[in-house]
Amino acid sequence: MADIKLMKGNEALAEAAIRAGCDAYFGYPITPQSEVIEYLMMERPEDRTGMIVLQAESEIAAIHMVYGAAGAGKKAMTSSSSPGISLKEEGISYLAGSELPAVIVNVVRGGPGLGTIQPSQADYFQSTKGGGHGDYRLYVLAPASVQEMVDFVDIAFEVAFKYRNPVMILADGIIGQMMEKVVFPEQKPRLTDEEIEEKYGDWVTNGKRNNKERNIITSLDLDPYKQEAHNHKLQEKYRLMQEDELMYEMIDCEDADYILVAYGSSARISQKAMQLAREKGYKVGIFRLITLFPFPSKELNELAGKVKGFLAVEMSAGQMIEDLKLAIEGKAKAEHYGRYGGVVHSPEEVLEALENQIIKG
Amino acid sequence: MEIIDIIKPENLIYTKTKNMTDKHLSYCPGCGHGTAHNITMEVVEEMGITADTIGVAPVGCSVLAYEFMNIDMTQAAHGRAPAVATGIKRVYPDKFVFTYQGDGDLAAIGGNETLHACNRGENIVIIFVNNGIYGMTGGQMAPTTLDGMRTSTSPYGREIETMGSPLKITELIAQLPGVHYVTRQAVHTAQAVRKAKRAIRKAFEVQKDKKGLAFVEIVSNCNSGWKMEPVASNEWMVEHMFPYFPLGDIKVNGKLK
Amino acid sequence: MTEELIIAGFGGQGVLSMGKILAYSAIMQDQEVSWMPSYGPEMRGGTANVTVIISDERISSPILTKYDTAIILNQQSMDKFESSVKPGGTLLYDPNGILVHPKRKDINIYRITGSKISTQMGNKKVFNMVILGAYMKAKPIVQLENVIKGLKKSLPERYHKLIPLNESAITKGMENIEIVQEI
Repeated sequence: MADIKLMKGNEALAEAAIRAGCDAYFGYPITPQSEVIEYLMMERPEDRTGMIVLQAESEIAAIHMVYGAAGAGKKAMTSSSSPGISLKEEGISYLAGSELPAVIVNVVRGGPGLGTIQPSQADYFQSTKGGGHGDYRLYVLAPASVQEMVDFVDIAFEVAFKYRNPVMILADGIIGQMMEKVVFPEQKPRLTDEEIEEKYGDWVTNGKRNNKERNIITSLDLDPYKQEAHNHKLQEKYRLMQEDELMYEMIDCEDADYILVAYGSSARISQKAMQLAREKGYKVGIFRLITLFPFPSKELNELAGKVKGFLAVEMSAGQMIEDLKLAIEGKAKAEHYGRYGGVVHSPEEVLEALENQIIKG
Repeated sequence: MEIIDIIKPENLIYTKTKNMTDKHLSYCPGCGHGTAHNITMEVVEEMGITADTIGVAPVGCSVLAYEFMNIDMTQAAHGRAPAVATGIKRVYPDKFVFTYQGDGDLAAIGGNETLHACNRGENIVIIFVNNGIYGMTGGQMAPTTLDGMRTSTSPYGREIETMGSPLKITELIAQLPGVHYVTRQAVHTAQAVRKAKRAIRKAFEVQKDKKGLAFVEIVSNCNSGWKMEPVASNEWMVEHMFPYFPLGDIKVNGKLK
Repeated sequence: MTEELIIAGFGGQGVLSMGKILAYSAIMQDQEVSWMPSYGPEMRGGTANVTVIISDERISSPILTKYDTAIILNQQSMDKFESSVKPGGTLLYDPNGILVHPKRKDINIYRITGSKISTQMGNKKVFNMVILGAYMKAKPIVQLENVIKGLKKSLPERYHKLIPLNESAITKGMENIEIVQEI
């Protein structure tokens, strides 16, 4: 039997970061994700792998520490929850502008403002449309289980370095706080300074070697034409991500008349709603978004030709539904359902919404 | 001696450090930034640490410091340079990391990052150029603008009652145990430049010896922002800035003077 | 087989850790589990509850409104969760501090005086293990040997000496469960 553990999503993510060969974590505590830094501080990864953990003075400082370490070619990450992510947005925009790889985790709680500490999915717009200033996108992964909190850390770093772009893991209070069975991958070694020089020597600021040009990390170009060209380059990266890095899961969609579109914990709740619906004789399937950006527009559009309707289930007032509607171009009915502000919808409520808004609606 | 002989290497008594690029400085004529850049880069060259030094540029007049300092450089968001430097230094503890910041960047928007990097005793060098005004954005009030001094956002003069007193952040951070060396210098005369360079050298030596944070303030002029000729601005600086921001060492070897 | 369970009581009664031990035991039996606590500032002294799901299949929603079993350890939780038990389901409670006893006629109801038994055992900390024992008797889903295995795996080595005490508390719970009604 593999080494199975029972762990909270937040703790599992922290352990996964160590095992992914992460070099540095900078964070600031906030409910419901403080277990990430607590676990790391308890675990002393510096003794295990040499990974650095530092509690910063603020979320702002933490993201800029990530910026410094990422610019030096190291695998750096931070985590927070909604109000803290708002603070980090400045740094996230700089990371995107300077094309730096980094992993940012948001264990979403209800907002706006200080909001509540209960689970929410109301940061979809913020995560998928940029979040800070300027035209940029993050690669956004939405784990729906504790196991995915583990698996997605390594994927996040791989994509971040492949595209030199920040990646967000968008979880929520349920995924962060819940315990499930989890299996960890083997320890990935951290890159040595020599390996970093070899792989990323053409862009990292790790000291100007005599035999190479110096490197500069900046998002500034006062010449608008150069800045436009830089923006073209960024857009091209996002297009490539759409082509090569899209992830989704279709559950029981083959015979389905109705599709629940959901991600993260809403996808789990929808799965139960699907079971209840099937017991009542409705042919319901689930389209689970795994990447929120890129968004599976083409795939949903194809599906729209075959089904009677979609219900976007998300713990928000209706954010992902906008992308869904754009994707399906009116080919099928699409409605939103979700409780929000920290209230979690039940499978029964989802089923009722499906019946009222789509099946009978 | 003909020119052709003078420029022979064996006859040169001074050359520009290779650690400065050939780009034209974007600073106003008479500004102290160019000199501050130059002596910082000379120190890095003289210590033989060019290949192991990473600089962090701020937002402000010196936002383009990376265009002039010919080493690996990272440009930070406004005020965040000490956090960025922390990130670099923590993953490369054996490299040399410094920030180069102005008064708005370091003492206003980045006050918290400055305070906490100092308090943690990050083993970095902070070079703080204080000219009492926001130069790049057109002469607005800085935290270090003097009492009664006119700027575009204090057009009737800084009013202590509503705008607070000029912030002596250097004295403030000198109180922190993590800070090993704090000094205030200037670059308006040849003698001052030599002293300032020695101070920067000492600051990098502190980093080399892993003794904690080293902080070098350079009181400078802003003839554009102050709306004066360069020479007059230097005289004004001596007359008005120095009494409030007195030059000299504030903390040496971890001990307050 | 899927068991959807809620354990609800005061913070400090060991509600969350009992859920964790149960979940660990199910893992030892090679089953799927999820453990979802209520979280937040209410946890100390206030009400605490945890939803535990044990299944042979992949678990869907970790958050539920209807349960196969409710283990209820204070009055507030009784008020809140009695109605959440599925018809034909199971309600197990400790009568200590309960003023309004369950009234449902369509569910199995069991009682365990966990508070009293743990006091008699001279260690109030094993309260939750007495409750767990009663649950294991009412719903034989996890086996005692797997609970012990789970404890060994989840507890730090220095606490392993306490495992025999926990085991006897579980046995006490199994022996002392009272049937209020079985349908």
